[in-house]
Amino acid sequence: MPPTEPRGAEAREARLAWWMTGPAVLTILLVALFPLGWTIWESLHLHDLRMPWLGRPFVGLDNYVEVLQDRRFWDSMAHTVWFAVVSVSLELVVGCALALAMNRTFRGRTLVRLSILIPWAIPTVVAALVWRFMFEGLEGWLAHDLKAWVPIILADAWKETPFVALLLLAGLQGIDPSLYEAARIDGASSWRQFRHVTLPLLAPAIMVALIFRTMNAFRVFDLIYVLTGGGPGTATEPISLYTFNSLMQNLRFGYGSTLSVLVFLVTFGLALGYIRLLGRGLTETRA
Amino acid sequence: MRDQSRWATLVIAALVLAVAFPFYRAVAGSLTPEAQLFGGAPLWPDPPVLYHYRALFTERQFWLPIRNSLIVAGTTTLFCVTLGSLCAYALARLRFRGKTLLLGAILAVSMFPQIAVVSPLFLLLRSLRLINTYPGLVLPYLTFAMPLTVWLLVGYFRQLPAELEEAAMVDGASRFRAFREVIVPLALPGLAATAILTFVYSWNEFLFALSFTLGPERQTVPVAIALFRGQYQVPWGQVLAAAIVATAPVALLVLAFQRRIVQGLTAGAVKG
Repeated sequence: MPPTEPRGAEAREARLAWWMTGPAVLTILLVALFPLGWTIWESLHLHDLRMPWLGRPFVGLDNYVEVLQDRRFWDSMAHTVWFAVVSVSLELVVGCALALAMNRTFRGRTLVRLSILIPWAIPTVVAALVWRFMFEGLEGWLAHDLKAWVPIILADAWKETPFVALLLLAGLQGIDPSLYEAARIDGASSWRQFRHVTLPLLAPAIMVALIFRTMNAFRVFDLIYVLTGGGPGTATEPISLYTFNSLMQNLRFGYGSTLSVLVFLVTFGLALGYIRLLGRGLTETRA
Repeated sequence: MRDQSRWATLVIAALVLAVAFPFYRAVAGSLTPEAQLFGGAPLWPDPPVLYHYRALFTERQFWLPIRNSLIVAGTTTLFCVTLGSLCAYALARLRFRGKTLLLGAILAVSMFPQIAVVSPLFLLLRSLRLINTYPGLVLPYLTFAMPLTVWLLVGYFRQLPAELEEAAMVDGASRFRAFREVIVPLALPGLAATAILTFVYSWNEFLFALSFTLGPERQTVPVAIALFRGQYQVPWGQVLAAAIVATAPVALLVLAFQRRIVQGLTAGAVKG
């Protein structure tokens, strides 16, 4: 923008901007950033709501030391990583195939759009219940340490793959069709076209879907809470569920907050990667 | 080319079937007599019965969680769209220092894991005596709904041509009046799509509703369904009937606004 306007107009615009953003920004500060700071502060204390007579003494990093030696923490972390890797890879591969197919066909658009949107839109709790119902009829699956992951991963893929396909489809539609034209004239096979035109140009969309999904998979809660409750025992307990149990069942607020901080740090790392990917779009004033 | 589109049709057909099958099982299950629901429900209800749905509203008082969810999700949406549209307009159109930083911060907050703020929110709501109240749910819901709304609306306002409010301002309107009288009416479809997305997210939310309510009088729909208990076993007939009832409003919204929702979703996640 050329700086030809008088200074007063510029200052007036900035003032208006702060008035307009103020209420929303204050709300976000109050309900999100302030509590986050509180979580971190809480994680440095011994705070057990079952034992109010202990008060809330400052214990420094004691909770963090305890976490490192906590078998259930490492197990739940491993469960979360395993769940994220398996479900996200499955969703990306199937979602990519779906996106390619959707980019081709022109019939039944509405039906396809609904098949994509409805699983995305329904409550996760409902999806989890329906899959639990289907697997409860199959003797022994939900009671087995490893087999119990099957309905969890299937339910997640069922609910999330369509959304991945939607993101990838948007990426596919941004590819210039003349590139395929050129590849065809050069005699490239469909596989080579996919390998050398589609895949490289789709890479940004794939990265976005990958990080977005990994972030969500990492904080999985509703799905497992309803499907297996983390069981049998704690065989399918993810880190969010362990944190929730520490807080709301055992009422160990200091220790639970420590777990919360760790979940936050991992997600934050993933989010930073995501924002950096979107960075170009952020600084541009117009798309 | 023929070949390829046949392949694509096959993949699409598989998608539609895979999505539809669990829904079919849920609907069939909700119509199956209780006695047949254990140890592998039949694929076809014989005879189909409606008493699970009736029990849902007589024995279970399922209208209670529906009312709670409507109030909580509705208030959250109203609040977020009102404050969010002001904020988003400024972020999309006005020039001021710190704008990029603010946008980045809002995006970052929209990705907060909810579990990271459960403990302080619980302590805060407890000290304000807001556990098991409507404000005690709306307030936490703003943590994820407000950044989401702002982010979606920024994308939407950026797509509107800037000439419109410039013309209004040349005619002597102030910037704020141009926003209120030119932009807001034009942006109504986008505001509606954003409101729907915010509503759907709030309607589906589970972790906060589970943590900050104590009993059926304030539980939202997802919590009520997840905590359904029978005397001995899970009352599957009623659970599935409730699942269908909980899905109906979001499915209807999606049906009515599918195209706009797709635009909103991809804009929110892919574009800046």
